[in-house]
Amino acid sequence: MCLAIPGQIVRLLDDEGHYAVVDVSGVRRTINIGLLREDGVKPDDWVLIHVGFAMSKISDEQAKDQLRLLEMLGEASMAIEEVSGYSFGERAEGDREGPNHESKSG
Amino acid sequence: MKYVDEFRDPALIRKTADEIARVIERDRHYRIMEVCGGHTFSIYRFGLQRLLPENIELVHGPGCPVCVLPMGRMDDGLAIAARPEVIFTAFGDVMRVPGRRGTPLEMRAKGADVRMVYSPLDALKLATENPDRQVVFFAIGFETTAPSTALTLLRARSLNVDNFSVFCNHVLILPAIRAILDSPDMRIDGFIGPGHVSTVIGARPYEFIAREYGKPVVISGFEPLDLLQSILMLIKQLNQGRAEVENQYARVVPWDGNRPALRALAEVFAVRPFFEWRGLGFISQSALRLRDEFAAWDAETRFSVPGVRVTDPKAAQCGEVLKGVLPPNRCKLFGRECTPEHPVGALMVSSEGACAAYYHYVHAMVTAGD
Repeated sequence: MCLAIPGQIVRLLDDEGHYAVVDVSGVRRTINIGLLREDGVKPDDWVLIHVGFAMSKISDEQAKDQLRLLEMLGEASMAIEEVSGYSFGERAEGDREGPNHESKSG
Repeated sequence: MKYVDEFRDPALIRKTADEIARVIERDRHYRIMEVCGGHTFSIYRFGLQRLLPENIELVHGPGCPVCVLPMGRMDDGLAIAARPEVIFTAFGDVMRVPGRRGTPLEMRAKGADVRMVYSPLDALKLATENPDRQVVFFAIGFETTAPSTALTLLRARSLNVDNFSVFCNHVLILPAIRAILDSPDMRIDGFIGPGHVSTVIGARPYEFIAREYGKPVVISGFEPLDLLQSILMLIKQLNQGRAEVENQYARVVPWDGNRPALRALAEVFAVRPFFEWRGLGFISQSALRLRDEFAAWDAETRFSVPGVRVTDPKAAQCGEVLKGVLPPNRCKLFGRECTPEHPVGALMVSSEGACAAYYHYVHAMVTAGD
């Protein structure tokens, strides 16, 4: 799905800037931030996530707008399920398990 | 316009809708194509057509990745999935797309090892966890998704994971737009440019549409207000006889795109001389394949596939709908033989497909009102 998921960077996992733990509405997962290495991503920054990769750095306000948009479209729970489904990183503490659901390409 | 109150900035939405109504030329018909499936979904979900004057027609474009995938490619992927050593992985929206022998989900029911993943990196991880199996990722998507596949392949190479491969179906949006512009039955006045594809490629590559074809393009966000503002910007350009690329979604889309993403695409992929699009036929330079340096991770090199071209059912008019020549409900199969539960064409499979979106949000309402 083209609609990207907003998440907040919790911490960076490696010096090369490939991976970070992100928080999406309370669900914490590892994502790849390699596409934003020229943007200087740091903890507390908001990013748009698509299939496990951060695509764009966005403002706090844009992140709230995007979350509201996903809710209005009825896609918010699917978004959380997608993020819950990312399994390539180590699980961060305080994770919440999400049910399986259809993932989307875009 | 009572339902507008649910949206953010209802006052601004009303003002924008009013301004559209004020600036349109009454005796002119405006045909505007939204290229991206996410926009199609948003437009139907929010019922935006109801906020527009009758002489503005929104036409749904080819920007839904599973919708444009020809059945022959699905069959090739499923032929690989049927091999006993293979773990076949794909995104969830691929799972219900029918090939001639059924969908990936049906293949799984018959014993194939088919697994849904949320990220190509999940597929790569499966490969490292199952060294005695062959893990194949069925890659699909436009420029939004292709960089993720590229970074995953670069990772597979640096980790030397030799039991992982990609069946690449990535397609490019600009050649598809050009094909639509070159099509003799195409009558589009302007384009709503895709949002997230453009975060990768930027706004600049759309300039040929304005320069060579004299048609305006406005790259748009996904909220109701974004889409209405973009439509207003297009109407103003058309009324003033301008054809430019404007960026309504500048808060996310940089003019020159995402450099690391474009570098990764260039490093991993080459452009195929031609590729078949469902409904649109063969389009030159419109899809990606793995570069020869990545042949070891190319499922098309590793496995032999039938490579047979399969034509869609004759009665299905997916091509006309994809090109915007026919509205979804005017297809002979719509809502009868072809429904979201039993899709004949791929436009009915994905929630971003024009037919599924129309079925869920227009057809359902009309039927309920009977």
